[in-house]
Amino acid sequence: MTQIQRLDATFTALADPTRRAILARLAQGEATVAELTEPFAMSQPAISKHLKVLERAGLIITTESGQRRPRRIEAAPLAEANTWLENYRQLWERRYSALDELLVHMQAAPPKSKRKRH
Amino acid sequence: MPATRLNKTAQVSLPTDTEVRITRDLAAPRQLVWDAHTIPALIQRWMSGMPGWSMPVCEMDVRPGGKYRWRWRSDETGAGFGFFGEFKEVDAPVTMMQEEYFDPGDSGDITGAMPVNNPSLNRSTFTETKGVTTVVVLLDYGSKAARDAAVSTGMTDGMEISYKSLDAILVEQQGG
Repeated sequence: MTQIQRLDATFTALADPTRRAILARLAQGEATVAELTEPFAMSQPAISKHLKVLERAGLIITTESGQRRPRRIEAAPLAEANTWLENYRQLWERRYSALDELLVHMQAAPPKSKRKRH
Repeated sequence: MPATRLNKTAQVSLPTDTEVRITRDLAAPRQLVWDAHTIPALIQRWMSGMPGWSMPVCEMDVRPGGKYRWRWRSDETGAGFGFFGEFKEVDAPVTMMQEEYFDPGDSGDITGAMPVNNPSLNRSTFTETKGVTTVVVLLDYGSKAARDAAVSTGMTDGMEISYKSLDAILVEQQGG
């Protein structure tokens, strides 16, 4: 998969509130399907469907632990998606930080030239 | 509702497949924020935000049908790139919309991924609550490929991958 395809899979998986809630739960530590089903008003098969989408996107993996087969969060795709947006965000944040300073300056000392009001 | 909390961190979300939305609070009245977005001498003081770059060209004719042109220049190499376009809608100090083109200039790889000959529709909206102005910038690239390419210009090689921001991206996605 190309980077954009990986990002697509990640964002598609993240587009659903139940799947985000499952990831938020798994961010606290691994959990079985039964444990993941508990907080939701949803059947275990319905939760399993969401888990399949998350697994296909590489966001979770199934670990073997005796009879239990807990799911664990896989951080790399999320980190990649986050970095992708985060770098872009930082471009804007740098500009707006500079604008913060300019606005402080403008409010402390209004420009002498007449500002055009609309 | 409690007093408006100042969200002094730019938020980025992807509301649709073709759009990016950037939101930021600024501690100033709306008219000042509008001036800072429309008066060339003011724009040049904050839009040249990249270290090692200046913004020698900033021309603005802020009215429907009016043109604008921005150009940045590398201090080190003298190479430049920019944006230009036309205002489609201007309602001071509330909102403006431009059709914007990317001008790759002679900057080479620095802006490699930016789509060329593929205008975006950029809408900026300014709302003021208790002296805090919220800027919402909505960029519509018309296609997912162009949107993704534009957002990818933020990528730099060797960027350290951060694992700690899982919460941030989940919140952003929920907000989007």
